[in-house]
Amino acid sequence: MESLSNKKKVLEQKPLNLAERMYLPAIVKGLGTTMSHFFKKSSTIKYPEQQREFSINWRGMHSLKRDEEGKERCTACGLCALSCPAEAITMIAAERKPEEKALYREEKYAAVYEINMLRCIFCGLCEEACPKEAIYLDGPIVPSDYLRKDFIYGKDKLVEAPLEVK
Amino acid sequence: MDINFVIEKFALVTILFAISLVIAMYSTYAERKVAAFLQDRLGPDRAGPFGILQPLADGLKMFMKEEIIPSNASKWLFMVGPGLAMLCACIGTAVIPWGQDLTINGRAVPLQVTDINVGVLYLFGVVSLGVYGVMIGGWASNNKYSLLSAIRAASQNISYEVAMGLSIIALLLMTNTLSLKEIVAQQHGWHWNVLYQPLGFIIFMVCSFAETNRAPFDLPECETELIGGYHTEYSSMKLGFYLFAEYINMFVSSAVMATLYFGGYNYPWMDTVAAHVSPNVAALIGTGVLFIKIFAFIFFFMWVRWTIPRFRYDQLMNLGWKTLIPLAIANIIITGIVIAVVNKF
Amino acid sequence: MGTSVFYFVATLSIIFSLMVIFSKNPIHSVLYLILTFFTFTVHYVLLNAQFLAVVNFIVYMGAIMVLFLFVLMLLNLNKENEPNKTAFVKILGVIAGGCLIVTLVGSLKAVTINSPLVLQNPNLGLVKNLGKELFGPFMLPFELSSILLLTAMVGAVLLTKKEEKTNG
Repeated sequence: MESLSNKKKVLEQKPLNLAERMYLPAIVKGLGTTMSHFFKKSSTIKYPEQQREFSINWRGMHSLKRDEEGKERCTACGLCALSCPAEAITMIAAERKPEEKALYREEKYAAVYEINMLRCIFCGLCEEACPKEAIYLDGPIVPSDYLRKDFIYGKDKLVEAPLEVK
Repeated sequence: MDINFVIEKFALVTILFAISLVIAMYSTYAERKVAAFLQDRLGPDRAGPFGILQPLADGLKMFMKEEIIPSNASKWLFMVGPGLAMLCACIGTAVIPWGQDLTINGRAVPLQVTDINVGVLYLFGVVSLGVYGVMIGGWASNNKYSLLSAIRAASQNISYEVAMGLSIIALLLMTNTLSLKEIVAQQHGWHWNVLYQPLGFIIFMVCSFAETNRAPFDLPECETELIGGYHTEYSSMKLGFYLFAEYINMFVSSAVMATLYFGGYNYPWMDTVAAHVSPNVAALIGTGVLFIKIFAFIFFFMWVRWTIPRFRYDQLMNLGWKTLIPLAIANIIITGIVIAVVNKF
Repeated sequence: MGTSVFYFVATLSIIFSLMVIFSKNPIHSVLYLILTFFTFTVHYVLLNAQFLAVVNFIVYMGAIMVLFLFVLMLLNLNKENEPNKTAFVKILGVIAGGCLIVTLVGSLKAVTINSPLVLQNPNLGLVKNLGKELFGPFMLPFELSSILLLTAMVGAVLLTKKEEKTNG
């Protein structure tokens, strides 16, 4: 059939001539190619010891942020859980007691905040939904583990370390 | 029978057996490392420094794995198969001269288990016996895929044995002997047979690739497209024996190629070296040279594996019957004519 | 020592060849036949006929028996699909077997133990001497038999070739 776009290119397949049918020159050339790779630097990174740098828009493990006085920013509004397409986030809210004023910024805080890392798809919608700038996916790769229950990360793993008082 | 004779033969056999096994073990490691380097990777590097304990870990894994014998398999033959493959792989080392005679306590100790005057034919016998390990294993599995694979493997081996035998006849026309010891002795210094028989060597090498089931002729055991091969039903150390036998075969055929075509333990300027050191040291240097040649061949086997794609079965048969055998016959005729002409004048 | 080895191997040959006949599974039969050939190889070695031993090893054990195995493995013979034998065939078999026994007994009765044959050249079986014999005095029969084999081979190739269909 006539080609309409004229973009089709028919490759000619000539029968091999005698020199080509000996194969040996081609094999030697191929051996040369592989040997040249023998001396090239390997592009493998020894992962746990060496780590590749993450790109700037990398989304890794979540962290719950604190403000500049070291108080937790999260107010347990539930918008992150609502926005989560994988339904990975659950939380239980609690009211702040007067003596806990130094710990939580808002009057309501998350007593329990859990993310199931097996459900999470690291889409970053929770980050975008958060009105308090409390959650960011700025951590490393979530490590592997043996049991499913160990992938449900609570506040002990998620909240970032308190600021050191100088 | 002389007790010293028994002791030295026993020691030699034990050492050879151990060397074959260790080299086969480390061939698996070398294979992975070479593959990795040729593909810009690092290869196994976790078990021990640079991963040199990897073969031990693999062996341990093979031993610890569950042993499955198919319920309708012919049990006895199912076990004989891998054993036979291993046996045939190991006994090939018996006729290869590993070095010049050592002198211990005034006795000349040959570094060769036995110098039978049909050494070359003995090697062929061992190679042809190796087919049974594959065939019995494939049939005893009671699996049609294994059976078809076994038959494919066996017909490949038989076909390439023919070309191999023909390629070596041209060499034998020149050497006038079937004893490997004499063939090596004739290649003193630089007179390596490969210089006189380049075509014969290429045919022989291609055939030994096919005989050892190495790439590009590794149809008997490709996992994806041919359902594993004759050892589909095998597991645990029985599978390990088959894979191990392949590496020992590679070692033996490298040794045979080095012996027949690359001068065995001979190396250039060996007389100069021998004049300066004691005879025993000179003999050991020769053995070292032989092993360097063997390692070079083993490396070449691996190098080729990661360069050339696998043959299709009909291509394989065409290459064997329609290319290599006519070439080998032409080689015999040319060699015969040249020898006749040279003898005349 | 030589004689005891001979008797040992000879016993093995007889046992294995009996197993060839008595094993129910044809594949096992062939495998026993291979073992029988192996004991023959040992006999040749004992007779100092090394070339013959190795050739027996390569050709019979390594090539011909492999082809036997090929065919039998593909045929997949077993007890279930063995055709039923009629009474007529069984009677014929008994008669033929009886004839064989009569012949064997008759010939064994006539046998007297010969004085052992002494070779003039004990190294006749070595490659060099055998080659000189084959290509010297026995040149013509040797070449004729090779032509015979070649003819058989050409015939086999011809049989496998499909006839080219003529258009029409």
